Amino acid sequence: MTEPSVAQRRAGSPGTGTRSRRRPFTLRTALLIAAFLAPAFVFVAIFTYYPMLRGSQMAFRQWNLYDLTTTPWVGLENFRAIIADPSSGRILLNTIGWVLGSIIPQLVIGFAIALWLRRAFRFRGIYQALVFYPWAVSGFLIGLLFRWMFNSEFGVVNDLLTRIGLIDTPIPWLADPNLAMIAVVTANIWYGVTFFAMMILAALQSVPDELLEAAAIDGSGRARTLFSVMIPAIQSTLVLTVLLRVIWIFNFPDIIWAMTKGGPADQTHIATTWMIQLTQQGNYGHASALGLTVVGLLMVFAAIYLALLSKDNTR
Amino acid sequence: MIHRDPLPLRLVRIGGLSVWLLITIFPLYWIVVSSLKAPADIAAYPVQYLPLRPTLENYISLFAKSDFGQNMFSSLVVATVSGLAATAIATLSAYVLSRFQFRARGLVVMAFLVTQMIPAFIALGPLYQLMVALDLVDNRGGLMLVYVAMCIPFSTIMLKGFFDNVPDDLDEAAMIDGCNRLTALVRIILPVMLPGLAATFIFNFVNSWNELFLSVTLINSSDKRTIPTALNGFITSFNIEWGPLSAAAVLTVIPTMILFGIASKWIVAGLTAGATKG
Repeated sequence: MTEPSVAQRRAGSPGTGTRSRRRPFTLRTALLIAAFLAPAFVFVAIFTYYPMLRGSQMAFRQWNLYDLTTTPWVGLENFRAIIADPSSGRILLNTIGWVLGSIIPQLVIGFAIALWLRRAFRFRGIYQALVFYPWAVSGFLIGLLFRWMFNSEFGVVNDLLTRIGLIDTPIPWLADPNLAMIAVVTANIWYGVTFFAMMILAALQSVPDELLEAAAIDGSGRARTLFSVMIPAIQSTLVLTVLLRVIWIFNFPDIIWAMTKGGPADQTHIATTWMIQLTQQGNYGHASALGLTVVGLLMVFAAIYLALLSKDNTR
Repeated sequence: MIHRDPLPLRLVRIGGLSVWLLITIFPLYWIVVSSLKAPADIAAYPVQYLPLRPTLENYISLFAKSDFGQNMFSSLVVATVSGLAATAIATLSAYVLSRFQFRARGLVVMAFLVTQMIPAFIALGPLYQLMVALDLVDNRGGLMLVYVAMCIPFSTIMLKGFFDNVPDDLDEAAMIDGCNRLTALVRIILPVMLPGLAATFIFNFVNSWNELFLSVTLINSSDKRTIPTALNGFITSFNIEWGPLSAAAVLTVIPTMILFGIASKWIVAGLTAGATKG
């Protein structure tokens, strides 16, 4: 009856689903689309795009809060200053350690919990409700909570370790440059496992039971079923969740800010805590240059990550 | 068909789940216990695992010595208004993205996704200057506007997933029955996806309730502060008083825990849809 319009045929964007859409594309429809998108874009344009673009521009100017009368263009000078800063190497390593040290345990523990929760049992609903709550808590508050638990004098972590007999004297977790990173990463792992568990569980529950039964009938062992049936079936969710999570953790200073503010001796400073510090010092130019560098690094990472995985798939 | 795992595997499963439950619950337990301890007991070593003399002293001094009551009110108003507004606005954009095929559709989705990847701190300085120019600094209304903008992109992606799950046929049936597009949306489609709308609102509410860095930048007066900003004020003061701070933490966490507990299933559905279809 209705011919698909030109606009429909050309719009072959990914993830459109399989449902057919038979809509004549008239001026009225175009106006409706514009009108419905307008409020969202007005808000995002004023309060997100505009400050972000202006912020990016600051990266190429001398821009210090305490001298706004002269903000000359300085080219790449801010980037040079960031790279030449004596702490930048340390901070880059810290950031990589923070991301990898957090995401790998989160993924592994989250996957195990999702697998264990896949099959229904009597208290599963209650269990999920109980382990779900870290999601509702802000990263900053989680940081405060762990700062209290890792307190060297009255902290429960030291007390537990003493009672088990692992340590004799209280450890100054957050004051010791070698241990502070362990403490903040521990807090972040605890915080992020829920997210992985829930996403992977949702994906696993969409794997049809027949597929697993077929594998069992074929005589596949549990480990083989896991690696050659289950994981491939949820691969797209896994890939995307890990990618989004890496970006998110990279940009997530809240826990560190609450626990150590980057100290002691820069040992827990990551790119975004450094950015906050530079912003607070009024040094917007350097902060923006650092921010753009982070965006660049993340884009390169995302491109390599997706390229490697798609190559893996077509082989 | 074997539906039960052999015994050793079941033990591993039960053991693993129990350990994780303990690890997850413990910090919450700990903050509640700490908030109920008298100042002398909170600094006792070895640590007391049960409050020997439970008291509400910390809660009383929290409200007496700080603006925490007003901070809770601030957070409640700001999070409710921005959560509702962002959900309403995102409903419109998500509806369009789900129901129409147009050339710029992929571009629009990208434009929303990009905001999620750029560190917000780049925008912090210019945003402050913008709010100064608009005379919206130290103003809850100004903070709400910023939060609405902050919540719209992800809400759109999440709601698009929920719209995609409502079959197109439903719109068409409604329109054959004499609805126009708008009445079909309001009377037929939205009621069907009420759980999705609730989940999106709760997600926005909790994000606004928890947001720290924008609020620290834009609000100065201690009575207008939202809860995270107030907590930040507690720790930047020279000596941290862990008792009242624990009480504040408990009061901050409980409302969001209840809301997320109610909506957890739908939020997961929305996030999964966002991650796979976005």
